[in-house]
Formats: sequence, structure tokens, C-alpha cells
Amino acid sequence: MSIAIAMSGGVDSSTAAALLAENNSTAASGSQEVVGLTMQLWNQRRLPQLLGEEVGEGGRASGRCCSLDDVYDARAVANFLNIPYYVINLEKQFEAAVVRPFVDGYLAGETPIPCSLCNTEIKFAQFLTTARQIGAERIATGHYARIRRDQKTGRFQLLRGVDRTKDQAYFLFGLTQEQLAYTDFPLGEMTKQEVRAIARARHLPVAEKPDSQEICFVPTGSYRQFIDAYLAEQQRPSPSSAGEVVSTDGNVLAEHQGIQNFTVGQRKGLGMAVGEPLYVISLDPAKNRVVVGEDRDLFRRRFQVRELNWIRPLAAGDAVEAHVKIRHNHPGAPACVEAHAGSEAFVEFTEPQRAITPGQAAVFYDGDEVVGGGWISGVE
Amino acid sequence: MKRVYFDNNATTPLAPEVFEVMRPYMLEDFGNASSIHWFGQRAKAGVEKAREQVARLLNARNTEIVFTSGGTESDNTAILGIVEAARGERKHVVTTTIEHPAVLSTAKLLEKRGVSVTYVRVGSTGVIDPDDVANALRPETVLISVMHANNELGTIQPLEEIGRMARERDIYFHTDAVQSTGKIPVDVEKLGVDLLALSAHKLNGPKGVGALYVRKGTILRPLLHGGHHERDRRPGTENVAGIVGLGAAAEIARAHMNEEITRVAALRDRLEAGILASVPFVVGHGDRAHRVPGTTNLTFDYIEGEGFVIAMDLRGIACSTGSACSSGSLEPSHVLSAIGLKPEQARASIRFSLGRFNTDDDVDAALKILPAVVEQLRAVSPHYRKEAVSSQHSAVSKS
Repeated sequence: MSIAIAMSGGVDSSTAAALLAENNSTAASGSQEVVGLTMQLWNQRRLPQLLGEEVGEGGRASGRCCSLDDVYDARAVANFLNIPYYVINLEKQFEAAVVRPFVDGYLAGETPIPCSLCNTEIKFAQFLTTARQIGAERIATGHYARIRRDQKTGRFQLLRGVDRTKDQAYFLFGLTQEQLAYTDFPLGEMTKQEVRAIARARHLPVAEKPDSQEICFVPTGSYRQFIDAYLAEQQRPSPSSAGEVVSTDGNVLAEHQGIQNFTVGQRKGLGMAVGEPLYVISLDPAKNRVVVGEDRDLFRRRFQVRELNWIRPLAAGDAVEAHVKIRHNHPGAPACVEAHAGSEAFVEFTEPQRAITPGQAAVFYDGDEVVGGGWISGVE
Repeated sequence: MKRVYFDNNATTPLAPEVFEVMRPYMLEDFGNASSIHWFGQRAKAGVEKAREQVARLLNARNTEIVFTSGGTESDNTAILGIVEAARGERKHVVTTTIEHPAVLSTAKLLEKRGVSVTYVRVGSTGVIDPDDVANALRPETVLISVMHANNELGTIQPLEEIGRMARERDIYFHTDAVQSTGKIPVDVEKLGVDLLALSAHKLNGPKGVGALYVRKGTILRPLLHGGHHERDRRPGTENVAGIVGLGAAAEIARAHMNEEITRVAALRDRLEAGILASVPFVVGHGDRAHRVPGTTNLTFDYIEGEGFVIAMDLRGIACSTGSACSSGSLEPSHVLSAIGLKPEQARASIRFSLGRFNTDDDVDAALKILPAVVEQLRAVSPHYRKEAVSSQHSAVSKS
């Protein structure tokens, strides 16, 4: 038996690797060989203008490259743990499955969430395939989430990790039964503090490394700059065509320079500084319009969800009460979820919720369990 | 786990007897070869002996051997040194599309500096046609650079014909002989080259040292600037132990060359035949009649080369996808593209390169493990299952 651990170079996946390697060396029988793999997903040198550094001869940025540093760290941890380690290049798949939909989402007036797409398409689907290619039966990641098998139905359940502050199950709603069946989350029963303590106690080379916050392929933190640079590289027309900023009742208030610069709930950058504070209520790609209004206009109850994945199956036409989160830092609120045909669902909150944003993931919980989830489309 | 090393084109293990010859130069004979005193003289004697050993391997004169830090520096010194020393406002260089990056990147640099460069293309055999080189020549051509053996395919290029041509036209002729030196006869007179780059670690010598053969009378501007070492060709305190190691490796290679050519080629042929017999959908590349003994390059349809290398390594067999210098890059190998492979075929291609320390046991071990690894990789390829059912043996359909 062998297990492939996805190593990002951060403290979480490094500690997960350490725990797996320890199990391997202590278990007398049935031990599993641990193989560390880092997925090379994006070449930071590709859009050098985003690095804010001088570019030397040959197009190579002279400055720091996050991704290379992370690979360096992951390799150092693997050496430290004395496990085999490899870098696998998934740049092509990542661009097709994550980067392009991310850019297209913004252009279509959505606020996409690349991490969920990456998990579904790359970190689990592609990673499991690669693991099997190299002869590993199972995969592991450093996510704070848990997997449990329902003894009655035989199905695998996805639960949030015990650390309530690090609910990464939210990003994992797209996992299939097969992916859940072959995945281990060694950190699911731990808090972040415990993980740090384990990393320190074992003197892992990354024990003091700060957590990463930004979207991994947008190092400067400005997704707008990224979109511009990417479109320029792809020689796609820049969509920053000016359009109208209108009130909820249709009055034209100002002009904007492209709807991809806006996200629902945003207050700054509207180019207006008079009267009541105004917020982006919705984006209308068909009319290239930004609709603004007062804070109370942001509160909505009903919305549509597309590309659903049910981890606990729900037949079309059936409804279920669930705690629904509409973005990662949303605390969640009670709602009724009604499954429709064609992988769609309607969600109706008991109380209106602020800034339900198309492109974000809506994830349905029953207690700690993730029942399913999908992508927010129409908001009513 | 038995470990088998089939990546000798990336680097070779240091021969123990070479290490023994180097050892005193790292300890008691540590002197600076430029010093007047006894210590310096001991080091100098070691360097000069090595120069003679390398010269003998190449059928060159001692004074024509310049020690460098390795193949890349030798190639850079030769190409930049010739072009920059050449007279004339317009300068032109002829090279090929299958060169090592040490040559190709230097050629690209020359282009940025206003030199025009012609990259001669190669057919599916991986062997340059000398007529194509002839057709590329211009009155202002100052240098021809064609590698001796290709690092990915092992194919041997027709240097003798090109050398004759260069001499007739009075054009300098450089060859990157990193992959041939020590493996097959390399005679600078027969090949007709003016400059030849070699590297110690490809012939069971140490890393970090190489040499450049510079024919007597060649006008070459040095790459580095400093003291008067190496007859003003290459400044910097000599890497004495490394140079001594290169000399010893050159002598050993020369002494055993004939028997090693036969032995290593037989191992390679047995590996190749064994793979072709036990694994379907495999094709070999490169002109089989003109290859260095240890190299084979095979496309295993429906696999990812990267996954293959990892899966084999986890079972103890070291091989590679193309060149180690480009590993981690997604771009398909420029050499395999040059011989007409589609990107997906290039990415499904594996290089096995055998050397002096490989044995029949190594080949047996690889042949035992390999079919299962290929099957494991293909099992997760949807294209393979589809193709296997319809049993179409045509080209790879993977996107």
C-alpha cells in the first residue's frame, strides 16, 4: 500500500505528511509507503509584470517567485521526513480548469472562487489519477476536513474539521464518492494550533512559515491586474469597456470601466461620493451594467444553484432543510434547499442574507456534515 | 530495493579509480598550479598530465586543450569567443535545431546582438543532412556549430562531411561532443573540428570540470577576464582535483573504449528488444545505425512520461523524459519536436541511457518491472481503453 500526500510547502500539508510518515514507521504491519508530490500549477514568471520586478535577459524575473519557494520548502520537508518526493507539472490542466474559468467568470459579472474549482478538478480528480499512475492507492491532503463512512448506506460523508475556524470542507463540496473513498485528511481531527505545535515539536523546516492567504496564482493580490495581464497574454480583447452604473430603479448615475472590476457588496471604487453610501447590488453582463443601491438592497432570500454535487443524494423535486453558507467566511444560515432536475437547486433562506454573489459556492450543511453544494447563479 | 541507474546521459557515477587519483589533489597536493613553489609545481604537474590524457583521447596536441568548468562553459566560450573575435560587420552562424540548450541559448543571445543564425532542421532520423548545412552557408558565415551525439536520441551527426566543408570554405567549426567523448572515438583531425566541447561527468569523471579543444591558430576571445591561466584562454585558478579526475577518466575511457562500445550497445539492444517484445504501442526513435552505444529513446503511447519516470523511480529504476536540463518544463522536448513528434508523443517518450557501470542484472530488473508500470499508467488513460477495445494501432489520440 502506498499513499500520495499533496505537499504545498505550507505548514498544514507538511504536518500531514509528517503524521503519515510517522504512522508508516511505527506501524508493524500494514504500513503504507508515503510519497510526497507537489503540484506545479502556475508559472509565476509567465506574467512577469505582476511580480513588480525587473525582468532580466531571457524573460526571467529576477525577483522572488512564490511558487518556486514553495516547491523548495516542500522538498526540504520531504528530505527531512526521508520520504520520496516529486514535483508533478499540472500547469496545463490548472490553466484550463481553474484560471480560464476564473477569468471568464469575472468577465461574465460573477465573483468566482478558484479554490473550489481547483479542489474538484485538480487537487482531487487529477491528483488521484496521477497517484494511481505512479502506483499509489490512496491520496492525502492537509485540508481541515473529515471523511466518514455511513455504516447504513455505505456512502462516504464529508464533514468539516474539528477546528471551527478553519472550515475547509466548504471548498470540498465537489468531491465525488470515489474521491472521498480514496482520500485521507490527517488534520481533520486537529486544530490549527495543534498542527503548529506538532510542526514545531518535530522541527519541521516550515514550522514557523506564515499561512498563505492570497489566491495562489495571483501573488500581488490584485485579481484585476491578473485578469488584464492574462487577457493581454492570450491576445484576447480587453473587456474593460465602459458601461453604465445605474440605480436599482434604472437611473444612470455614473460610468464604469468594466464590470470585472466589481463584486456584489462592494462599496469603494464606484466613483460617487454623495449622499447615502452606495453598494454594488448586482452585475448585468448583458447590458454591461453595474447596479448600485443601499445596503438594505443587498439582502435577498432566494437564489439558484447550478452544477450541484450531492454528497448525500437528494432526488429532483425533494427538499431538505440545511444550514447554507454562501461564501467561505459566511457563518451560514438556515434555508430550504429544493433539488431540481439538471443538477440545479433553489435555495430559500429563512432570513434574507447580505450579498449573495453569483460565482461563489453555496454549500449545504447538516450540522458538521456537508450534504452538497454548487455554484450560485441567479439571485432573486 | 535494488537501484538501477539508466540516466547516464544526464550524468554518470564517478569511477572509483578516478576518485582515487583525485584524492591526493584535494588533500596533500592542494597547491595553486600557478605558484612557483613545490606545492604549486605538484598541482601543475597534475594538470599537465591531465591535459596530455585528454589530448590523447581526442588526438589533439596538449596545447590545444583548455580546461573549463564543464560543457556549458566550453560551448559558450567557443561560440561567443569565435563570433566576437571575427571581423566583419555582418556575421552569420549555422547551427541545428537539435542542439543542447548550452548551444541554442547562446545562439539566441547572438541573435539579440545582431548576428544572424540559421538553424538547420533535421528529419525523423535525428541525423543532420550535410547538404542542408552546405545550403545554409553564406559568405559572411563565421561559425558552424553541430553537435556530435545528440543527448536525447543518441544519434551521431556526420561531422566529417561538415568538417571538410568548413575547411574548404575557411569557416570555423565547433562541435558539442559532451555526449560522445569517451563513448565513441572522437578524433579532432578526422572530424575536422576547430573547437570541441566536452564534460568530465559524462564519462565517469567529476562534475564541475570540462574542456574545450581549440585548434592551434584559432582566434578566440576569452569569455572570462582575469589572470593568464590556460594560455590566456580561460582565467581562474585551476580546479586541479577536477582536472586530474577528467584526465584519469579520459585515459580509462580510451583504454576500454572498444570493449565498452560492444558491451554497452549489447545491453541497450537487449533492453530495447525486451521492451518492444513485452509492451505494445512502443516506438523507438533515431537512426539505429548511427547512435552512441548506451542511448535509446522510446515513445510509450498512452502514458505520461512524467508519471512513468516517478513510477519507475519508486521501484528503483532511474530513467528520464528527454533531457534533465529541461525537466519540470511543460514544453515538449525541442529535439523530439524537431524529429516530427507531436507534443503528446514527445511527452510520452522516455530516454534510457546506459553506461559503464550497468550490467545484465540491471536490464533484467528493468524488464521485470517495466511492463507492469506501463500497464498501470495506461489503466488510467481513457484513450488507451478506448483504443485497446477498437485495437487501432494508429497515432496517440490523447489531447
